[in-house]
Amino acid sequence: MRVMAQLAMVMNLDKCIGCHTCSVTCKQTWTNRDGVEYAWFNNVETKPGQGYPRRYEDQERWRGGWELRRGKLVPAAGGRLRRLANLFANPEMPALEDYYEPWTYDYRTLTDAPLGDDTPVARPVSAITGEPTSVRWGPNWEDSLGGAPEHARADPMVQRLGQEIRLEFEQSFMFYLPRICEHCLNPSCVASCPSGAMYKRSEDGIVLVDQDRCRGWRMCVSGCPYKKVYFNHRTGKAEKCTFCYPRLEVGLPTVCAETCVGRLRYIGVLLYDADRVGEAASEPDEQRLYQAQLGVFLDPHDPEVVRAAERAGVPHDWITAAQRSPVHSLITRYRVALPLHPEYRTMPMVWYIPPLSPVVDALAGTGFDGEEAGNLFGAIDALRIPLDYLAGMFTAGDPEPVRLALRRLAAMRSHMRAVNLGETPDPAASTGVGMDVGSLEAMYRLLAVAKYEDRY
Amino acid sequence: MCAAFHRARKRPSPGDLVADLLLSGGRFLTSAEVSDDHRAAFHRGGREGDSFYRDRWSHDKVVPSTHGVNCTGSCRWNVYVKDGIITWETQDVDYPSTGPDRPEYEPRGCPRGASFSWYTYSPLRVRYPYARGVLVEMYREARRVHDDPVAAWRSVVDDPLKRRAYQRARGKGGLVRVSWDEAVEMVAAAHVHTIKHHGPDRIAGFSPIPAMSMVSHAVGSRFMALIGAPMLSFYDWYADLPPASPQVFGDQTDVPESADWWDAAYLMLWGSNVPVTRTPDAHFMTEARYRGQKVVVCSPDYSDATKFADEWLAPHPGTDAALAIAMGHVVLREFFVDAATPSFADYARRFTDLPFLVALEERDGGWAPGKFLTAADLGETGPGAEWKTVLLDDRGRPVTPNGSLGFRWADEPGRWNLDLDGVTPTLSLHPGSHESVEVLLPRFDAPDGSGAAVVRGVPVRRVAGRTVTTVHDLLLAQYGVARPGLPGRWPAGYDDEDEPGTPAWAQRLTGVPADRIARIAREFADTAIRSGGRCMIVMGAGTNHWFHSDLVYRSFLTLLLLTGCQGRNGGGWAHYVGQEKVRPLTGWSTLAGALDWHRPPRQMIGTAYWYTHTDQWRYDRLTAGALTWPGSKGRLADRTVADCLSQSARLGWMPSYPTFDRNPLDLVDEAEAAGADPVEHVVAGVRSGEVGFACEDPDAPGNWPRVLTVWRANLLGSSAKGNEYFLRHLLGADGNPRAAETPAHERPRAVRWRQDAPEGKLDLLLALDFRMTSTTLFADVTLPAATWYEKHDLSSTDMHPFVHSFNAAVDPPWQARTDFDAFHAIAAKLSELAVTHLGVRRDLVATAMQHDTPGETAQPGGVVRDWRDGECDPVPGRTFPVLTVVERDYTAIAAKLAALGPLVDELGVTAKGWTARVAPEVAWLAESNGVVASGPAAGRPSLDTDRKAADAVLALSGTTNGRVADEGFRWLEERVGKPLRPLVEHDRAHRVTFADTRSRPASVVTSPEWSGDESGGRRYSPFTINVERFKPWHTLTGRQHFFLDHDWVAEIGEQLPVYRPPLDLHRLFGEPRLGPNGPEVTVRYLTPHSKWSIHSEYQDNPIMQTLSRGGPAFWVSPADAAAIGVSDNDWVEAVNRNGVVVGRAIVSHRMPTGTVFLYHAQERTVNVPKSETTGKRGGIHNSLTRLQIKPTHLIGGYAQLSFALNYYGPTGNQRDEVTVLRRRGQEVRY
Repeated sequence: MRVMAQLAMVMNLDKCIGCHTCSVTCKQTWTNRDGVEYAWFNNVETKPGQGYPRRYEDQERWRGGWELRRGKLVPAAGGRLRRLANLFANPEMPALEDYYEPWTYDYRTLTDAPLGDDTPVARPVSAITGEPTSVRWGPNWEDSLGGAPEHARADPMVQRLGQEIRLEFEQSFMFYLPRICEHCLNPSCVASCPSGAMYKRSEDGIVLVDQDRCRGWRMCVSGCPYKKVYFNHRTGKAEKCTFCYPRLEVGLPTVCAETCVGRLRYIGVLLYDADRVGEAASEPDEQRLYQAQLGVFLDPHDPEVVRAAERAGVPHDWITAAQRSPVHSLITRYRVALPLHPEYRTMPMVWYIPPLSPVVDALAGTGFDGEEAGNLFGAIDALRIPLDYLAGMFTAGDPEPVRLALRRLAAMRSHMRAVNLGETPDPAASTGVGMDVGSLEAMYRLLAVAKYEDRY
Repeated sequence: MCAAFHRARKRPSPGDLVADLLLSGGRFLTSAEVSDDHRAAFHRGGREGDSFYRDRWSHDKVVPSTHGVNCTGSCRWNVYVKDGIITWETQDVDYPSTGPDRPEYEPRGCPRGASFSWYTYSPLRVRYPYARGVLVEMYREARRVHDDPVAAWRSVVDDPLKRRAYQRARGKGGLVRVSWDEAVEMVAAAHVHTIKHHGPDRIAGFSPIPAMSMVSHAVGSRFMALIGAPMLSFYDWYADLPPASPQVFGDQTDVPESADWWDAAYLMLWGSNVPVTRTPDAHFMTEARYRGQKVVVCSPDYSDATKFADEWLAPHPGTDAALAIAMGHVVLREFFVDAATPSFADYARRFTDLPFLVALEERDGGWAPGKFLTAADLGETGPGAEWKTVLLDDRGRPVTPNGSLGFRWADEPGRWNLDLDGVTPTLSLHPGSHESVEVLLPRFDAPDGSGAAVVRGVPVRRVAGRTVTTVHDLLLAQYGVARPGLPGRWPAGYDDEDEPGTPAWAQRLTGVPADRIARIAREFADTAIRSGGRCMIVMGAGTNHWFHSDLVYRSFLTLLLLTGCQGRNGGGWAHYVGQEKVRPLTGWSTLAGALDWHRPPRQMIGTAYWYTHTDQWRYDRLTAGALTWPGSKGRLADRTVADCLSQSARLGWMPSYPTFDRNPLDLVDEAEAAGADPVEHVVAGVRSGEVGFACEDPDAPGNWPRVLTVWRANLLGSSAKGNEYFLRHLLGADGNPRAAETPAHERPRAVRWRQDAPEGKLDLLLALDFRMTSTTLFADVTLPAATWYEKHDLSSTDMHPFVHSFNAAVDPPWQARTDFDAFHAIAAKLSELAVTHLGVRRDLVATAMQHDTPGETAQPGGVVRDWRDGECDPVPGRTFPVLTVVERDYTAIAAKLAALGPLVDELGVTAKGWTARVAPEVAWLAESNGVVASGPAAGRPSLDTDRKAADAVLALSGTTNGRVADEGFRWLEERVGKPLRPLVEHDRAHRVTFADTRSRPASVVTSPEWSGDESGGRRYSPFTINVERFKPWHTLTGRQHFFLDHDWVAEIGEQLPVYRPPLDLHRLFGEPRLGPNGPEVTVRYLTPHSKWSIHSEYQDNPIMQTLSRGGPAFWVSPADAAAIGVSDNDWVEAVNRNGVVVGRAIVSHRMPTGTVFLYHAQERTVNVPKSETTGKRGGIHNSLTRLQIKPTHLIGGYAQLSFALNYYGPTGNQRDEVTVLRRRGQEVRY
């Protein structure tokens, strides 16, 4: 057992309002400068939708992440030789049109226009060329189902499900997916870098680009299946989400987490066994990768783990933090948080609580009382958001873990409704989902009351 | 997370930072490793490459501030400064706690606010004073001839050719830099010239939403008040005012803080897209769901809020009242008639007008609802008898209970309360009454909205010679709830779709299935019973911006009042449209109205002002008669809106500025010359016809507004409904209204029609702003304003119970100045020029009869008597505007602006009818701020800096000064006769200073300024004081009103909530019918609030544009897009009688067919090409709208239907609009 500490994040999609405050505060703090105009270390996508950059989830096309070849874990983009051969013309490199051409406006016209015959206007200008441009795509083009009838069919997850997904007014559904770098346990970007410029910090697991060593080969850009490494076209170097380490190091949460007005982000320490990562990532059955990753995490209350952690040099306050970690509770104790695309085999460390709503709506059509706990469970299979769509994102298609997470959220609501109205809760609500009342109420406190001190 | 993590939350000291850096740095210094499978390498040391991000994160200081943008956020932000440069902002998380068992307010903010710092150094920034080059040349030329600036200004504006030349240049570029001195001189000269030659009421100030920066608002408003210029209302003009609130509650708007959503057991989001428009508050909703709260969303589109809905009801746009009435029908049927619900009935008896008696009137052989029965009808002659309403006790005896308006102003202290003294009011005369009659009740549910009548029976009694019934019985009849033995036509059941009121009827109108309507209504009422009234409706602009929004809201409030949810934590209405809540209300209103120097100030209803002076009235064919029904008496028949406006003005209902057809300073001089009393002189002059009302001849050059100052606002890029009419008539610039003027036979009778409509009424449009907007593009002079990170000010909101501050992170860069400094500069120059031109003058100020003053009892019974028709005499303050002579020393304006005047010593401070003496506060301010050494304000407390003014606002308000709150409650206790001071007993010493608001958001305390009890950290919910302490509402009955009995309300059939469809623009204005027609489609045109801007602010910000679509865009349904061959992102053009808008299409199945959205306030300044239709620049969202005034919003002098600024007045609604949409050429020109 080789204990390592990892900073991880959980985002509760059931609370995400899609406001993009996280995107903007991150952009303002880190990337509102030349060369990375188009880079959004944190972005938010509307699902269903193609995402940013377009169709990044289509690994048939981009070949990010890892593959199992004859039981051996190799970068999906191919071995060292193939990558070297493609150094100068990488066929899996997203082009500007897959992101978007950043633009601004010639604002000075508004003040400086000479007397003319019409109102002055600031027209769009390319931030790359400085020439007038026409806006055709952006980093959030599909916001709140904008253009969905035309574009959402190209969402790789929609394509996988085919006709199951209907894009019609009465059947409308959407949810938001905020994304940062996954700071994977098994990062394929690091493995892709020919210069050895990318590294995973041993003390907290943050994945970074060494700006001095980066030679701009951009293999990390294509190697990352989440497309969360960006190429700075001014400096010629790769840049990415740093998990705000300059803030973390002084005791502040990441910008995206602290400024999240949905209060849906949790940051915490997880202890894991570094020796088991390779094996877990090599699990042959894609749908078992979620379980395999859970198996890598260590119980921070286990005295043996604590001793091993201390031996490995994990500071005492980090062990304490791991024991109090909200992320640990949500991932391993309550099992309501799930990894994004475990099938990429990178062992991502930003996990998501799937969106529950809206439930009763679907149920009401069947004539059942949606407030009844038993009915709520039935309703989960009739969600507006198809369960299979969520399973495609979080569990390589296995609906069971998603179903369990949603049932636990539903049980919590049902239980707390009775408490709220001063009525006697039905114990079946908790036991039916394999939880006791104490855990259900503790989970409620973490998800609903969600004090600052409990989120980070 | 680590303990260090939490410690650091309170901004670490530099020492902590260093220590933490050393600690964490130490962890890097271990040796390197490679994983066994060579899959991963763990590098050690050599982290120099990381220093870039550490350097970037470093900063010199962090300053708290906020944004003043009328978003209701009032969020606390940390502004980071490095090397004297603002770098970015993140949210502060240090709010006072809501308590251990509920979510906190941290972190408040949204993406828009997060992008604000971009403006500071952006190319959009107004860095210097600018003026129209053409005008500057003329003025400089005139100054070469005239040494006197006023004479120079006059020579320009009195020359028709010159005046026209610079007016025509408005909005077409050609701005030139001028110095502050020159700009201020021109502005001051324009003001002095206008006061002298036209009158101070020909000047106006427009600056909305004081809560979003109280001092910046108050300083300009105070300047206007001192010179006698009207300030224009905004809350009604923005259509954010819900007129139902004054109608039902007698209150402007009073709503729960968002933390109280948490207390709700059932939450309906009705026309309010909370994640988009209440971004920082939305989490209380998402979190309360985990507490078992059920969330129902009513929205015509799949809005962002719908993502969180347990149920989504998608009524057709504008049909919400039908949905709510059907729900009310179910509640009345199942919880009142079929089975009584004791808690509901008890609430109705105590806190609503349902038990009160209404006399029926004979109408065409039948009956119709008439007036409330009063003590005067019973033969009482005591004080206020006509204002004391009557009910029956449980033995059928008439009783005059405490609490009605007659007890408020009559000299009978201690009986203005809701104590029933053991009486149990009778709610319904059925089945005890053996008599019933058929009453005529209105219906307007025909597709074209025309009025019709239904006949339904009500049980009656004879009382004092009158045939009476209760409001409750009338409501049951109006809502179609049948009871045995009553005559008339009734629905056969819930599935009767022809009779108004049933779920099936509502399904036919709204498209929402009847069984779901019934089920939701049942759940709502059931939850109200089980939770003790914790059902809440969050309602917003989606339902409030309609022409008939008052009816929509009254139908919502009916649901809440029937179920006893109002005045409860977690229950009631939650209307959030506009940041209207100035928590330190009394201090702000004292300063803003300059009430410490002169009373009364001129305050004008904005909508009427713009309707009149932008000449929209000349195009308006809507008559009041079109709104009437068969039960009308014909008093409004054939009246145009302009006719109604002039009557409202001459009866003293609503203010009207300019008031008379001449300078009000000259009117006093004339009276003095004739040796007459100025008031009598004017009344006699008006009676003889020698003096006219300006609103009866608004196009006469003498009656034009001449100078308009806009600050903290973007009138022409945002709120100006009928934008093209503004441009053409008010400004004389290029405007493209496409409508024809009203034909001769449909024109007003009481308003003079001049052959040629004026173009270019304003001599001067002055704007103060920090960014280029449509308003600055059209302004003659633009002064560079400080941003929200460059000044000191105060902020508050409905949404949270704190007052906090703006602070200067840096000094205003370039030549920018705070609004505070700019107005002081103008005042100084004006005072200097006044020495020659004005001196001391006396001003005849005409004001309306005010709510919360005895003036609201001017016109008993709501019976209209017009002195012009010989129905009464013109008596100021009763049948005619109140007239007051105010002496103004124009040479002392600057001195008075900068000091607290002596009137507060004498009269105290007043809000909502109560008064507090403030001698201790004046003394404290004198000591704290210092006193003025000499001049007209010698010895008075100084207000010469923004911070001193802020301290005066806080010191003179109850919410921020427990002593003032206590004084106010003491005053009220005498009136009410019930203990109220205990509400503030623990907070008497509570005192918030500006310094307090800088260090942390400061909690406010319970105060008579508002109606909620906040003691002991309780969450704010309105009217809890009324419900728990029996303090009356400020209405006729003292209760919450279902029934309104004013003559005009009866004329248009709205005595009770009733469904009216959106205005039929085909019938009224000849717009095409909805649906496709060849290459075009006619669609409903809605302008909801945007996700990427707050009004026009931020929509020009490249970050927001990047996250949206890069320019104006219409959201279109797939079917409508297909009908006109449009794909996502194609250019389209929208055209109707008012104007043209060019934008892109966003095609989405989220939209219902037949409706498009153009999000509110996407400006002409960014990415707007030329229109194919006009060849000119495409317009803004309001280029397609026009003002439609509802005559009942002009009522005054009658209980809660009385004027107060932003409290009652016509709304600038804009939802009932349609447009033709078509695909245009895809090659666009700019």
